[in-house]
Amino acid sequence: MELLTILLEIGQGLAGLGAGAAAIGAGIGVGRIGGSAVEAMARQPEAAGDIRSTMIVAAALVEGVALFGVIVSLLVALG
Amino acid sequence: MKLGRFSKQLMKLAPIFVSALFVGSVSAQDHGHDHGDHHDSPNTEAHAAHGAHHDHDAEPITAGTFITNHIADAHDIHWLGDVHIPLPVILNVEGHGLQVFMSSAFEGHGHGDRKFALSEEVLLTLHGEHPADGQNPGSISAVDANGNHLEVLDLSITKSVFGLLFILTVMVLLFRSVAKSYAKRPGRAPQGMSNLMETLIVFLRDEVAKPSIGKEADRFMPFLLTVFFFIFFSNLLGLIPFIGGFNITGTLGVTIVLASLVFAITTINGNKEYWMHVFAMPGVPKWVLAILTPIEIIGLFLKPIVLMIRLTANITAGHIIILAFTSLIFIFSKGGESIGVGSGIGVFSTAFMIFMYMLELLVAFLQAYVFTLLAALYFGDARQEAHH
Repeated sequence: MELLTILLEIGQGLAGLGAGAAAIGAGIGVGRIGGSAVEAMARQPEAAGDIRSTMIVAAALVEGVALFGVIVSLLVALG
Repeated sequence: MKLGRFSKQLMKLAPIFVSALFVGSVSAQDHGHDHGDHHDSPNTEAHAAHGAHHDHDAEPITAGTFITNHIADAHDIHWLGDVHIPLPVILNVEGHGLQVFMSSAFEGHGHGDRKFALSEEVLLTLHGEHPADGQNPGSISAVDANGNHLEVLDLSITKSVFGLLFILTVMVLLFRSVAKSYAKRPGRAPQGMSNLMETLIVFLRDEVAKPSIGKEADRFMPFLLTVFFFIFFSNLLGLIPFIGGFNITGTLGVTIVLASLVFAITTINGNKEYWMHVFAMPGVPKWVLAILTPIEIIGLFLKPIVLMIRLTANITAGHIIILAFTSLIFIFSKGGESIGVGSGIGVFSTAFMIFMYMLELLVAFLQAYVFTLLAALYFGDARQEAHH
């Protein structure tokens, strides 16, 4: 096969790698948020409700950034 | 059963909506449902296709195309299996003016290119999944009698536009009836639908708008409420299975408009403190300003862009996950060959899919909440007081 075709195929395969890397980022980020939230709730159980809502909002924001990567991978894989 | 005002209004309008859809689908059954031209899709590549989507097309479909079909926009609504509900196609063809017709005019129901001879001069093609020469799937192109390519401006009522109009109707009906019920029962506790809406509206006013914006919160409340309920209802609509797979908030076209509105309102309402903070942050030495000001200017535009991508990506990713779990069943059963494996995977896959659906319900509300919260924060930023 032509070099260009091979490179295009590799490019599309790398999109899968990119999506996986984005998932790692999301996992680490949200994991840290969850961990800190649980620790904080253990230290001060009265604030558990506040901490829980803040944790969910922060998780949504961090996931937004990770999904940036997913969108780019999708655009590469399907376009 | 005691029905509130909103439910009664919806019941009055429901027959109109439902019969509009079914009338359309009846005409779809008449036009070109020709079993002859189903085996003519020359574009199915030899993809070792393991799809088991044995509808009237008898065409193997890969999981990738199955997923993209359900996320992308379309010119008809593919309901419950075989029913295709056509939608109006509104085109401005170069040199031939505005054309309006139903999408059932395009021949065939397959996944390949569908053609329609608009007149002797103009041939329209609705491109299918593997279109020739660089066209996008689902787009419409036109050639004239000599084979020259004509410019087409596509203003059709597509599936997403129809969903948008539906959400619009639901929201207008819902909130008009809520407002009327407050006027009719002054000073008394709300009842029924108003009770439910009041929970959300008061939550948005007291937990989102007032802490972020402060005194002027009421000025921005209409926009914040509209945006919240629009995103929430659109997300929920996209989750309902079997009605054709609406993906309104998952399209960049819709979210960019929402983000631009937030940007426009922030820019218009920015007071002197806000612009000072962007261009010349007070209390900062000159050499730091040289770095900080460009970053702030980039941030001005980047914040709405991130709003847009966050919403689109979350909703689309949710749809893709659910569709991927569904297609897992078909992939593993190798097109109906190994029913045993298929059923086993089916149990596991359905359980995961239900879990993902619960998560998606949470995400539907959460993304609406996050969008509204960030919009409120940006508005509050724009109206900030000098705090020294």
